[in-house]
Amino acid sequence: MAPKITPKKTPISEQDPVVRGKNFDEVCLGYTLDEARLEATRCLQCKTAPCIAGCPVAIDIPGFIKALAEGDLPKSWEILSDATSLPAVCGRVCPQETQCEGVCTVGKIKGKEPVAIGKLERFVADWKASQPEEAITPPVQDKGKVAVVGSGPAGLTVAGDLAKMGYKVTVFEALHEPGGVLMYGIPEFRLPKEIVRREIGNIRKLGVDVEVNAVVGRTVTIEELRSQFDALFIGTGAGTPHFMNLPGTNLNGVFSASEYLTRINLMHAYEFPVYDTPTKTSKKVVVVGGGNVAMDAARSALRLRADKVTVVYRRSIEELPARIEEYHHAVEEGIVFNFLTNPVEYIGDEKGNLKAVRCIRMELGEPDASGRRRPVPIKGSEFVIEADTVVEAIGQGSNKVLLNAFPELKLNKWGYIDADEKTGATNLPDVFAGGDIVTGAATVILAMGVGRDAARSIDSYIQSKKG
Amino acid sequence: MFKILSKRLIAPKEYDIWVDAPRVARNGKAGQFVVLRTSEKGERIPLTVAEYDREGGRIRIIFQVVGKTTMEMAQLKVGDSLHDLLGPLGNPSEIENLGTVLMVGGGVGIAALYPIVKELKEVGNRVITILGGRTADLVILKDECAAFSDELLVTTDDGSEGIKGVVTDAMQLLADRGEKISQAWIIGPTIMMKFASLKAKELGIPCWVSLNPIMIDGTGMCGCCRVTVNDEIRFACVDGPEFDGWGVNWNEFMNRMGQYKNEEKISLEKYQSEVGE
Repeated sequence: MAPKITPKKTPISEQDPVVRGKNFDEVCLGYTLDEARLEATRCLQCKTAPCIAGCPVAIDIPGFIKALAEGDLPKSWEILSDATSLPAVCGRVCPQETQCEGVCTVGKIKGKEPVAIGKLERFVADWKASQPEEAITPPVQDKGKVAVVGSGPAGLTVAGDLAKMGYKVTVFEALHEPGGVLMYGIPEFRLPKEIVRREIGNIRKLGVDVEVNAVVGRTVTIEELRSQFDALFIGTGAGTPHFMNLPGTNLNGVFSASEYLTRINLMHAYEFPVYDTPTKTSKKVVVVGGGNVAMDAARSALRLRADKVTVVYRRSIEELPARIEEYHHAVEEGIVFNFLTNPVEYIGDEKGNLKAVRCIRMELGEPDASGRRRPVPIKGSEFVIEADTVVEAIGQGSNKVLLNAFPELKLNKWGYIDADEKTGATNLPDVFAGGDIVTGAATVILAMGVGRDAARSIDSYIQSKKG
Repeated sequence: MFKILSKRLIAPKEYDIWVDAPRVARNGKAGQFVVLRTSEKGERIPLTVAEYDREGGRIRIIFQVVGKTTMEMAQLKVGDSLHDLLGPLGNPSEIENLGTVLMVGGGVGIAALYPIVKELKEVGNRVITILGGRTADLVILKDECAAFSDELLVTTDDGSEGIKGVVTDAMQLLADRGEKISQAWIIGPTIMMKFASLKAKELGIPCWVSLNPIMIDGTGMCGCCRVTVNDEIRFACVDGPEFDGWGVNWNEFMNRMGQYKNEEKISLEKYQSEVGE
């Protein structure tokens, strides 16, 4: 008989919503050792371990939790790092509620919450970071040379895994800092950049070279890479923002979420003028969309001292794609949600600055191709929201810079790379791909999962070629 | 990396530098640009490349001091390095033998025009070049453009050199003498590109303009640089930088260029007080 399990997760401390709404510091403060060990005892250590199957990188979750409960943190870390190169990141940004925690046996018991697996992962990763640095001797890397294009979650995972297997890996990053969406997309208050830098530092210690300021297809050509490396992995992400193309899209004050967040995260616009890149100090902000990116944009606008931030989403709360935790955080901080609402026009003043957003109310009709009920505009329901800034967070498409320079590479009908989702194999034997550039915008952990699999198929490709 | 190999003041507030950037030098083409940063806390700004030295692994950039970052660049000495430099970005100019081409440059935009002049001449075009400026000192690269032009006209607002007037006056002059021009390139200050494009349209000459809006990544990731051309939204960084001058929504472009005027002023003044200017 299992010990008595508390129904709720062990509470975790967070910054007060009123305070955190005015700073960019991390919202969640993490467990103490005692809290983490207490939470770890809530794990049943069940034999079926559905959590492992629920994890895209198949972390031995009961294993690391058991070691943690026993107070053996080094062992817990070893188990974690065996499966993931970015545990401090995953513990923070994974949608655990639909993965490991969503299938947790404890969570299936009536009236009980699942084990806080994500928060425990984060705890162990942060504990490791607080320990004195160990000198790591990179493994002998003579099995071959691999070029990784893009330094987001997919690319970093491939690079880390291949380096551990004995390959010399070079990562090419277009921006001035590696990390991809972890650096330019996810805000500091959800994922401190120091943590991203630390995790990339760990991958570098494995002998991985990271070259920034290098756009593949421009700075270095595809031919150069294919002649110099045994294999190529492309993980360039879904980096081109979509716009709704409403009248007034090019007014001053209308942003894509990509621009809005890149200014803030990568370029530190929230620290202007200490950093050179500014953003607009807005009074009334409207964010269009209902995903995590929309939540990030809305909560960033609030932290930049906007008086009012409104999220407009064309479906209802039930269809909201954002993580529920992020939605709750946003509501706590005072962000207003206008469900079943869609913008139809941006209204400007005589100087070309945005002054309002014309919206229309929606209702849900028949299910569409995605299985969700399709939002339909309600005739005559138009209304106006005053706004000096609007941020469109309606998704991204594939970035064409590399793809245009690589016509031999086969794309699918959506313009993403046509790659096997299990192996990352493309129509070219030495070229592999994974992450958002294959699937379209998804999550960090899915990109990492594909990265793991791709690293294995790259290994077998190179070995078979040599053998 | 990105060391400044030489530096020359070529006009008031305009510098001509060569930067060590072997990969950009190897793969860059006329019409393309780079995005650079001067420091760890710096902004990313786009600048057109004026010349590539493939063997020497260096690129030539000509810039005018207009704000904080360019002022910081002006302070750099030979041997100092730029913090970051990314390129070559954007689409190269379409270089082919079109017959007679008209090249119109103004201000620091002449630096962006020059490599296109050179390549168009090299593939056999008859090249007529018009360079304009407020005063003679501000018309840069005259000799270099002349070397690759069949005819070079200079216009100055004050009449200190060449034709007293603006580039559109010289365009009219060519039309009056019956020049048949297949294509024009117009690169310079926005206001000049606007009026020269209108003039080109009036004269029935198709024209390319090179747009240099505010950018962040320069690789199509943010959409900050969007412009409206022939009623369509385009990204200058990946769809341009050259666009059909007849179709650019110039008023919108100018509004968007001015978006951060206040912040640019704050940044510049802060820097000036720090360096004691």
